[in-house]
Amino acid sequence: MVHIWKFGDDIDTDQIVPGRYAPYMRPNEDVADAAFIEAHPEFNKQAVAGDIIVAGENFGCGSSREYAVLALKRRQIGAIIAKSFARIFYRNAINLGLTLIEAPQVVDRLSDLDFCTLDLEENRLIVRNSILRLPEIPPFAREIINAGGLVAYIQTNGRLPGE
Amino acid sequence: MSQTLTEKIFSNALGRVVQAGEIVVVQPDVVMSHDSLTPGIIDILQNDFGRASVQNPDQLVFSFDHVAPASTVGTAENQNKVRAFARRNNIRFFEVGRGICHQVLIEEGIAQPGFIVLGADSHSTSYGAVGAFGSGMGSTDVAAIWATGKTWLRVPETLQIQVRGKFQPGVGPKDLALRIGRELSISGATYLTIEYHGLDWLPLHGRQTLCSMAVELGAKAGIVPPSGEIRKRFTVPDWLFVDPDTSYYRTLEINLETLEPQIAIPHAVDHVVDISKVAGRKFDQIFLGTCTNGRYEDLREAALIIKGQQISELVRFIITPASSHELLRAMADDTLSTLIAAGAVISTPGCGACMGRHQGTLGKNDVCLSTGNRNFKGRMGDPTSQIYLVSPAVAAASAIRGVITDPRSL
Ligand code: SF4
Repeated sequence: MVHIWKFGDDIDTDQIVPGRYAPYMRPNEDVADAAFIEAHPEFNKQAVAGDIIVAGENFGCGSSREYAVLALKRRQIGAIIAKSFARIFYRNAINLGLTLIEAPQVVDRLSDLDFCTLDLEENRLIVRNSILRLPEIPPFAREIINAGGLVAYIQTNGRLPGE
Repeated sequence: MSQTLTEKIFSNALGRVVQAGEIVVVQPDVVMSHDSLTPGIIDILQNDFGRASVQNPDQLVFSFDHVAPASTVGTAENQNKVRAFARRNNIRFFEVGRGICHQVLIEEGIAQPGFIVLGADSHSTSYGAVGAFGSGMGSTDVAAIWATGKTWLRVPETLQIQVRGKFQPGVGPKDLALRIGRELSISGATYLTIEYHGLDWLPLHGRQTLCSMAVELGAKAGIVPPSGEIRKRFTVPDWLFVDPDTSYYRTLEINLETLEPQIAIPHAVDHVVDISKVAGRKFDQIFLGTCTNGRYEDLREAALIIKGQQISELVRFIITPASSHELLRAMADDTLSTLIAAGAVISTPGCGACMGRHQGTLGKNDVCLSTGNRNFKGRMGDPTSQIYLVSPAVAAASAIRGVITDPRSL
């Protein structure tokens, strides 16, 4: 069982990792330590491997900084379930092999700090004795995530996805 | 068959008819990255792809603008790593002080009408100002282009902004950009290209303001059809024109005749109101700069408003020209001297305080009027600080009074 960390709409990349905490600015620190460092200090201190982020519309809007995804990936976040995602964030997450699930109908049924079990094989989330169905991840994205991200995909297949 | 400008640009790149919704693999004409992210992209290329060199050095361009000049040993070392890599691989780069990547690529003619220009920076939508398809990507995507010369993209549908009329005095391109945000919301153009119509008369700098902010609505690209001044300054391919009967995903009409000065209040880019709603509020710092509003015309507009007056002693006024070229233009007439005599300070051309890393970082509870493009919590410094997004005219008028001021009220 893992925790849900619930966020609102339009969570921007400056909240996920402020630019001042970029690897460029702190070359000797682990960017994972900066995840939500100012916007959600409890998450920053307490989130553990497998925990799930649940959010409203447009998660990850703002800059192209891949280190926002990298920080959550290094924290071993199990998945991000949101009503919708910003474009560059979505792409970055697929490329780093972090699972994103666009599931608008599920988000409102989940609360902050709920315990849950995520079953990606069966596309479902078990929470408070109920089983919530999750939409399938689009095949194009699933292929890249399953390969282990974009670099692994290209190395294994000798071509780009879609080529 | 009629196509959007985006479909035309991708059709040209691929040598076949392409439609929105298709996933295509293309060789972008230009791939830009800057000092903030290039060190990490080098690591991905070398450590993850296991390659020492890039596939096509001519495709690449680097700039040093995000922390320029370096502010710490760490940023200095990272910059040296990028310089060494660029020299070893024969990659063009623009040194500290040359300016913001999106400004420099247009000044240097590297971004051209009809090109596909991708950048490791979300404001790469800016290249739409010259009629290019410009879009931002993350580091792994860019590293993959370095390694293969190519990338995959989904060809986006297009949202049309139909503008009517002309700006009234005291109102300009930034107000239009903010108004579009107010109408569409911060996610209203996600996965779409925005095409801005009815602006054939708009000079290049205004187009740059608009296109830089396309990403603030979630857009993948923002393109002003290359007309007017763009046709005089650039070579526009003969296929790059608007088909009269093109259908769009959505059309939004905006009438400039009734547009008032707009202001985005903390902490969201689409949290936009008419200036009258917040006039009289106090603030501490003005930041005139960024890829959205750091050009000569922006400084000129501020200078004409401020000329002969002093900046209020309640506030500080930091100006960061978008490029060395724009700084030189501001020196050629009395723009720069007017602003400095009034009490403003000029910093090195580049991104300056936009990301809160140097040259004007905000402290606790500081309130900043910025001509930039993002007012997210903590973007320019301490998370208790606040950012209002304004036009250069509002910035200048407010500088004189020391409170938020409608430039039409002076
Ligand atoms: S000026 Fe600001 S928004 Fe523009 S490229 Fe620099 S940091 Fe990004």
